[in-house]
Amino acid sequence: MDKKTQTTISKNMLINAIILGIFAIIGTAIVAFIYDSTKQRVIDNKRAHTLKQLHQLILPEMHDNDLDTDIIVVKHKLLGSDKSLKAYRARKKNKPVAAIIECIAPDGYSGKIKLLVAIDSNGTLAGVRVTEHLETPGLGDAIEAHKSDWIHHFKDKSLNKPKRKDWKVKRDGGKFDQITSATITSRAVVKATYNTLEYFKKNREQLFTQPVKEE
Amino acid sequence: MNQTREIINNGLWKNNPATVQLLGLCPLLAVSGTVVNALGLGIATMLVLIVSNVTVSLIRDYVRSEIRIPVFVVVIAVAVTIIKILMQAFFYDLFLIIGLFVALITTNCVIIARAEAFASKNNVWLSAMDGFFMGLGFTIILVMLGAFREIIGFGTLFQQMNLLFGEGASWLKIVIVENYDGFLLTILPPGAFIGLGLIIAVKNVIDNRQKGTEAVSLQQTAT
Repeated sequence: MDKKTQTTISKNMLINAIILGIFAIIGTAIVAFIYDSTKQRVIDNKRAHTLKQLHQLILPEMHDNDLDTDIIVVKHKLLGSDKSLKAYRARKKNKPVAAIIECIAPDGYSGKIKLLVAIDSNGTLAGVRVTEHLETPGLGDAIEAHKSDWIHHFKDKSLNKPKRKDWKVKRDGGKFDQITSATITSRAVVKATYNTLEYFKKNREQLFTQPVKEE
Repeated sequence: MNQTREIINNGLWKNNPATVQLLGLCPLLAVSGTVVNALGLGIATMLVLIVSNVTVSLIRDYVRSEIRIPVFVVVIAVAVTIIKILMQAFFYDLFLIIGLFVALITTNCVIIARAEAFASKNNVWLSAMDGFFMGLGFTIILVMLGAFREIIGFGTLFQQMNLLFGEGASWLKIVIVENYDGFLLTILPPGAFIGLGLIIAVKNVIDNRQKGTEAVSLQQTAT
């Protein structure tokens, strides 16, 4: 190769690199601009979504604090995971009303079931909701609140109501209905809810007094 | 005018991305469980196609052929990211359901195929038209599949339309079968394959019939 072709090749390469670079810069700039101008809206959406989920469990008039920021990080094997989970606190006039604790049922039919368990300050269940799961559509997904009313049966239950040995699905001799054809799913949710109640009982004081950690 | 008709025919029927080119099947199969999901992803894909076709057509004289593919990739990635962000901002509930697949539009071969085969050789107006009709062809098949799976799988039509059109649209839901137990096969992915197979089969039957009549009329004129 003589010197002339060599310089043409390197010149071409340079031009191509510059063109590509310009496109990358313009593209990134556009994305950054759009991201920046919609950032607040997306944050608001996320917040509204979390609040909507929480307000299904604790009615808005039951508390006067910011549910979605009065959060602590909890970690315990009773909550079904060795990862950090969130606990939301509801208060009225600075008195604890309820805690909404994230927990995981590790033994669902197809993997983990993520739950929100809301417990009144006196230890009674205010409600349970499933937030994430991979159960079979049409069978196990009856644990979702809008698919069936099964999940509502937990409301007003507590550690002593029913008794410890009755905290099982009926097939295992307990007091809870199982979802037809989804006994494993039902069993997992019942067990996780019971464990969370137990966790609440052991850590009640700390759950409400521990200050919010600033990020 | 003829060219426009050709573009429309190509996008909607002759070269339909979903039934003929069979491109972009991953999202097609994954989100066609209900009409609203299908429509959401269809519109998102259409928007990406239009934006990418127009941009590629605008820059076609400035990009050398050696680096055109990486430039197209940048253009498509930018278009998809923007649509994803806008969806997060304005249709958050729908985004929670189909968000994952919106990001996957980047990998939908239809888009780079149209950029390379059409937009890089045609003017802006025609490229925009091509993007629109290719997107429309994709959306129509997606929605047909969604309707098929929703009716048989859930016994309803247009459920949760509020995700796309606001709370006012909830009334659109039509319960076709009361107290329907659901039909698991059509809700799960195999249902999508079967549904798409049926749609392609129907299209082929129509095409063959048309060919048949054309052949007959040719014979008649010959004799």
